[in-house]
Parts: sequence; structure tokens; C-alpha cells
Amino acid sequence: MSLDTVKHAAETPDAAQPWAELGLKQDEYERIREILDRRPTGAELAMYSVMWSEHCSYKSSKVHLKQFSEKAPKSEAMLVGIGENAGVVDVGQGYAVTFKVESHNHPSYIEPYQGAATGVGGIVRDILAMGARPVAVVDPLRFGAADHPDTKRVLPGVVAGIGGYGNCLGLPNIGGEVVFDPCYQGNPLVNAGCIGVMKHEDIHLAKASGPGNKVILYGARTGGDGIGGVSVLASETFDDSKPAKRPAVQVGDPFQEKLLIECTLEVFREDLVAGIQDLGGAGLSCATSELASAGSGGMRIELDTVPLRDASLSPEEILMSESQERMCAIVEPGKVDRFLEICEKWDVIATVIGEVTEGERLEIFWHGEQIVDVPPRSVAHEGPTYHRPYARPDWQDTLQADDAGRLPRPQTPEELREQVLRLVGSPNQASKAWITDQYDRFVQGNTVLAQPEDAGMVRIDEESNLGVAIATDGNGRYAKLDPYTGAQLALAEAYRNVAATGAKPLAVSDCLNFGSPEDPAVMWQFAEATRGLADACRQLGTPVTGGNVSLYNQTGETAIHPTPVVAVLGVIDDVTRRTPIAFAAEGQLLYLLGDTREEFGGSAWSQVVHDHLGGLPPAVDLDRERLLGEILISASRDGMIDAAHDLSDGGLIQAVVESCLRGGTGARLIVPDGLDAFTLLFSESAGRAVVAVPRSEEVRFNDMCGARGLPATRIGVVDGDAVEVQGEFSIPLTELRSVYEDAIPALLA
Amino acid sequence: MTARVGVVTFPGTLDDRDTQRAVRVAGMEAVPLWHRDKDLKQVDAVVLPGGFSYGDYLRAGAISRFSPVMESIIEQAKAGMPVLGICNGFQVLTETHLLPGAMLRNNHLHFICRDQKLRVENADTAWTSSYESGQEISIPLKNIDGRYVAEERVLDELEAEGRVVVRYIGGGLGGYPLEERRNPNGSLRDIAGITNAAGNVVGLMPHPEHAVEPLVGTGRTDGLGFFTSILKKLVTA
Repeated sequence: MSLDTVKHAAETPDAAQPWAELGLKQDEYERIREILDRRPTGAELAMYSVMWSEHCSYKSSKVHLKQFSEKAPKSEAMLVGIGENAGVVDVGQGYAVTFKVESHNHPSYIEPYQGAATGVGGIVRDILAMGARPVAVVDPLRFGAADHPDTKRVLPGVVAGIGGYGNCLGLPNIGGEVVFDPCYQGNPLVNAGCIGVMKHEDIHLAKASGPGNKVILYGARTGGDGIGGVSVLASETFDDSKPAKRPAVQVGDPFQEKLLIECTLEVFREDLVAGIQDLGGAGLSCATSELASAGSGGMRIELDTVPLRDASLSPEEILMSESQERMCAIVEPGKVDRFLEICEKWDVIATVIGEVTEGERLEIFWHGEQIVDVPPRSVAHEGPTYHRPYARPDWQDTLQADDAGRLPRPQTPEELREQVLRLVGSPNQASKAWITDQYDRFVQGNTVLAQPEDAGMVRIDEESNLGVAIATDGNGRYAKLDPYTGAQLALAEAYRNVAATGAKPLAVSDCLNFGSPEDPAVMWQFAEATRGLADACRQLGTPVTGGNVSLYNQTGETAIHPTPVVAVLGVIDDVTRRTPIAFAAEGQLLYLLGDTREEFGGSAWSQVVHDHLGGLPPAVDLDRERLLGEILISASRDGMIDAAHDLSDGGLIQAVVESCLRGGTGARLIVPDGLDAFTLLFSESAGRAVVAVPRSEEVRFNDMCGARGLPATRIGVVDGDAVEVQGEFSIPLTELRSVYEDAIPALLA
Repeated sequence: MTARVGVVTFPGTLDDRDTQRAVRVAGMEAVPLWHRDKDLKQVDAVVLPGGFSYGDYLRAGAISRFSPVMESIIEQAKAGMPVLGICNGFQVLTETHLLPGAMLRNNHLHFICRDQKLRVENADTAWTSSYESGQEISIPLKNIDGRYVAEERVLDELEAEGRVVVRYIGGGLGGYPLEERRNPNGSLRDIAGITNAAGNVVGLMPHPEHAVEPLVGTGRTDGLGFFTSILKKLVTA
């Protein structure tokens, strides 16, 4: 096949092009022709097809995502907002923190190990590209039923991939979640988050300015892996004589990434970089068009200078390859030599592949012949926008009418005891240590808190003890019952988790996992969830700084539960004041903060005991969440509490069991007036936490809660070696421990 | 004059900055050493930190042993300079034959990260004199290739000469047969660390550098003794 040059394209307007196979719609193809005033070349078509894919262009979601900016609360902490590789937040003392959560769902189902591994690699490069040293990762994961045979294929591969990649990078894995539900059977959700730290003056942006500046591609060689990973490419379309179907999943090399991190941080330190972008989805197509589009617009690339793993790759394939561990930097001519020297020091291949030009065209050449001549904004930032139809599904009313409050409740203390044990030993509530012990949580020597704590926390300054905390949460069952409330509950829980450690919540990143946007019911869930999240962020004063949308998580007609996963980042001035979940000191008093109502819709109890999903999720009161957060932070700072655990799925009993096992002590609980034991133990009312108060602090703590109007109810004491609910039952810690810790290994080891 | 401890960075080393911090916490000066550089900058001792040097794609530590810095370290170690290899550093030391045996993949085939109980068996080495023989300590363990193996003859010799420095006390994964739960990775005779005959070279699978501050890591400082031991040795030498 001869080279499809710009000149050739102009001369052959009627040549047939494989736009449909590349995932473009007819009107999209027509629009490309309109923009270029001719048919696109093969290379141009390749670029548009990947950049206008759902994954890169957010074409179905962006009309809804706008709300995150429009409704964003005023926040002095926000340094860089939505649109860059990741948002940046001021955490004080001259430090800035960047963080983001992304999805790698589809690749992880096809090839669990590499899919999950490259998910970690991608998010880490996003953080790095902002100028920050990555300091921690988190992994919110969702799988099908724990006892389904395919889960035993997917989960161990995903976990080993995250560990295999993340552990090799030297990034502590400090949090995340593992959730099982049959709705994720054919569509596991593998989300990955990363936090990076830098000084304010070190923030770098993805833009190419200054004509004459060089474009340097550095990192791994470009291979044929991951071509069209973001779109739906059958790669033989380009040339039938090639080996068929290159794998759409990329293959990761964490060692290369580790070198890339150290090398990039060193070029930042020497101030050699004018603009930078990582190569992730859509590879070079994305990096060049986004850098040019965000800068002055002009860029010339000599594509044949790109170092290749496979010399037979065509220019189209090079533009679309998603080979991992690559970065693209814009460097002033006088700094190029030093840049290349540092790359050599780290054994990182670096090549000048082009330069920033006057004008506003992205021009790409292949052995001297021009194969791309486009306005970069039309590729990167002016893709199609869809206003997809959405409608509340007709089954929503029936689902909500199926009230979980009507389910049979335990009638005797023995039955209550038995249900507590079933809950604690159920896959979603049981210890995830078998999984999280496969991740290094100690490396870098700054981990203050890690799973199973409410939030992960790392120290970022050894002198001042400044630290940051992060928690991720999302409950697809709640969101299925009511997507608006479900998204708000996800935010509320992550916010509460951060506050429970003593850190002040500052900002939000989200990963929105949904089914097909072409289904109006799914689109309604998406619209409702984004509206709910945007409203809640405004009310809590925590802006969304960036994130990711993953659609088409469905098999046939069946979509996953709508699953907005929300990450909240918080700051703590002195990490020595952090609050752990462990009940460690006998005699301390247990207080339940917040109101407990009969709320069982979507609860863990309704799932474990009755395999039921129906009714309404717990009500949200964001003013209450905020107040609770303030109390938890003050109490932590002033030494009024020694332990705190947020209440969420599984309710009070789950939290108490976890805190007891973590601290190795028992607890005696008394059912307060106005509540029955069942509701006290299993309700999932939001806006609650349990805290351990030293007796010497009780008066002060009570006074504070009273003065601020937060209900605080004394419900027991840390004591003994069993969890006892007075007048109901007692379960020895040893029994709880084996039920809690053995469940996951029994299913998956 | 304080003691100067070199900390080597290979490509893929991860715990170099943590180790430098541990050296400083123990009151010594940490001197970064680069793998391509033969110059040991006149340090008094060297630590080879953990990580995945060169990606460990061939075999853990197999390529690092050929780096220029190792040439100097091997030479100095044979002349008596104290050398501590932690995790990947231990693997490098076995590859160089400064220490006998080898490390295989953990018996359960998983990476494992946890707080691990150990018993100090030999408190007479350059790196363990701050402990008592028989003392039980708890420090983080994190690896996938941590199963220590050697010929029976070598194991007998190590035991007879008191060259087993630390042993695992339990910690096998649930879900595995009891015999395999005697230690966290299937290491022969529960060996977690050994020394050479002279006692100056020590290899250790667990990570003492992650247990030197009460605030971070496991919240204990049981690992600090490895670094204060060497300080004691160097200042009294």
C-alpha cells in the first residue's frame, strides 16, 4: 500500500476510507472532511478516530460533566482545575498536591494482569506529567460474585498486576476498595488513583509554546501493542498483508516506568521542560494534538524518527499505538543537550521528533512526505458532542417500592448473633488483607495510615509533619436505587473517611463507571449521578479537580450498577495527630455520632441475609456530614478521641468489629433508648461515626458536640476480649477474627 | 567525625531514600552511591537497599552484581568493610557469592507485604550488635522472591557456625498447609537473614529501614538496631 499523503488525499477525494471500522459515525466522518476541506489521509483518519472516541473525547458525557465546573464551589486551594492531566490543590507550606482516579476496566477483563498493571502505569504518568513526584496509589476494585469461577481468574490477575507494577515503581498502595457483586461479572471495574506532591513553582502544564522549541519523545520504544485500545480498531484495515489483530491491551514494563519517573523528576529539577504530556490512550495522536492545541497551535513532527520496537509499523499504527512508558516534552533548543544527557544517565531513550512552529497547524511528515495537516484543536478539543436521550427507567418505581424495611428481621438474640457473623464473614465485609498484602504499603517510608484504615495517609514533609489523606468510595447498590443520592452518598462517605483520620477534606476526583450511553436508562443514571455529585461538591465546598468516565460497562442488555467512585483528598497539618480506627485502650468510652434511622435499602444486611436490593438508599444530609467532619477533625487535633471509624456498609456492628480486631480489644455495647438492637447494629444511616473517647476527655468532647449540635450517644466501652451487645449476645474476638480473616482466602487463595 | 554509610542506587532500586533516612535517623551520614560509579567516596560501610534492580526480569539481583559499583563493594567487603543487603540487596549479595544460597519465588507465589515477627539469632555481627541473641522483633517484610534456599550442607554449615542472623517466627499465609505456614515464604529452616564467616556482610529479607520511626510504617522502631549497631561498630573501631 502506498503512502497516503496530504497531496494524495487532495487528489483522490473519492477514495473509500475505513471510517466505520475505526469506530467513527458517518456524520463524524463528514465533519472531518468539512474541517479539512478534503478527505483525511489515513494518518489523519487514525488520529481523529482515536481522539474522537468516547474514551478520549467524552462526547456522550461532557454536556453533563460541565456541571463540575459550573457548580464548582469557590476554593482557594484549587491551583489547576479540570482539563489538565490532573488537578492540583494547595495544601499549604508551599506544597501542592495533584491526584486523580482513572479506569482501566475493559482491558482488565480481557487480560487481568496487564490491564490492571498498565492502569497503574497510566495514572502514575498523568501525575508525573504535572511536575509532581508520585507518592502513593490507591485501587478501587469491583468484581463479580466472590464465589463465581471467573472471579478466580480475574481477581488474582488484577491484584497481581497492580502489585507487580506498583510494587516495582516504589509507590506505597495505601487505600481503595474491593467490592463483589454479580452485576460486575462480565465487567469488573479496575479503577486506579495516584497522588503526587510538588512545590507550587514546579507545576507543569501540557502545552507546547514557543516556536523553535523541540518536541522530545522519551521512554520506551513504540511497538504495535494497544493499537486502537481506545477505539474499536481491527488493525488489518490498514494493510492486510500484516499479521492480524495486534493485541488491543498494552503490555507494561514497570522497570522502564521507574526510570521514566526518576529521569522526569530530574529534568524538572533542572528546569529543562517548557511543556510535558504523558502518552496514554491514543498515544502520539493524543500527545501531539493536545500539546499543540493547548499551546500556540503549530507543531511539526518527523514521524519516521520515532524509535520503534517493530520496524514494520506503518505511520498510522505509530500514531495510534498505546505502547506504555512514554512521555513527550517540549524543550527549549538550548536545553536539549542537557535533557538528553539526563535521559542517558537513566538509560532512557530520548529522541527529538519535531518542533513547535509558527502558525496553527499540526503537521506530520513521514520520510519527508506530509501525511498530516490539521488544526490541532479540531482533533484534541473540538470533538463531537452528543446530547444523548435519557429517561428514567420504567422499573425504577418498582425497585424503589420494594422497601427493604419490610424484610424479615432477626427475632431472637441467637438469630441476631448469627446474622452478625454472616455479615462479618461475607465477601464485601470480610478482611481484604489477602489482597492488600500483595501491595507494598511501606515503601518511601512516609506511610502513616494504609488500608484497612478509613483513609490512606502519607507524610509529605519530614520536618513539619504535613500530610495528606485520601479515601475512595462508591456504592453501586445505593446508586442503582437512586443515582442522584447514590453519587452524593459516595462523596459523603469518602469525605467522612478522610475527616475520620483527622484530615480536612479539600478536593474531589471521580471515576464514573456506567453502562452504555446509548441506553436512555443508563444515560439517565449518568445524568442523575453527575448532577447529584456536582450539587454535593458545591455544598461540601470540595471542587472536582478532574477524573474519568468509563462507559459501555455492560454485557448485552445488562449494565452494571451505576458506580460513581469518588476520591476525596484531605490535608492534615501534623500527621502525629492522625486518628486510627483501632480501639486499643481498655476503658475508653464509645460514642456514636449522628442519627440512626431505620434505613436498610441497599444495605449490606439486605444483601447478605436476604439477597435483596430495593427501596431507597439512606438519606443524605450534607450539612450534617460537614458538621460531623468538623467535629472529627477538631477532636483529633485536640486529642479528645483516640480512635474513629466511619459507619457505612454493614453499619455500626461492622465498624465496631473492625476497630476491635484492629486494636486487639473487645467492646461492650448497650442499646440506647429509642433504638432496637437490630437497627442499632445494621442500619446504614449516613453521617455517622463511632469514636473512642478517653474518660478524661469525655466532658470536653460532650460539650463540644452539644455546643455544635451534633448528636453524640454513649453506646459502650472498650473492654474485654469479645464484642458484646448487652442483653443480646457476645462473640469472642478469636471467633470474629477467624470469620473475618479467613473468608477471602477460602474463596480465592 | 560521624560514620559515613553509602547507599547504592541501581536502576530500579526503590528503598534507597528510605534507607538514607534510616541511616540519618541512626545518627550517621548517608552517602548516595550510583551504580555506574566505582568510587565508594570513602564510606565506612555500605547498604544495598531493596527494590527491583534492572526490573529483576532475568533473576533478582542477577544483573546488578555486574555493575561497576559492585566491583568496588566486593573488593572492600572481602577486606572487611561492613555491607548490609536488604531484600533485593540480599539477592545481589547471593548473586555475588559474598553470601551463600539463593532466593526463589515465595512458595505461595504472591508478593507479600506485612509486619513480620523475627528472632535475632546472632547478635555478634557488625549489623546486629544492638540486639540480644534470642530477641524477638517485628519489622516489615515485602517481596515476591523471598524464599531462601541452599544445599543441606550449606544450611548445616550456616547453623553450625552461627551464621543464621535472623529467623522468621511463623507468619505463613492462611489457606496453605500448616507446614508451609512456619514462615511467610517457604524459606528453608525459616532463614530470614545470614552473615558471612567474618560477620561483616549481612543479608536480610525483611526491611529494617521501614521500622525506624514510631510514626510511619508499622509504628514500631524495631529495625533501628541494625543501623545503630553499625554506628557503634564504626565509632568504636
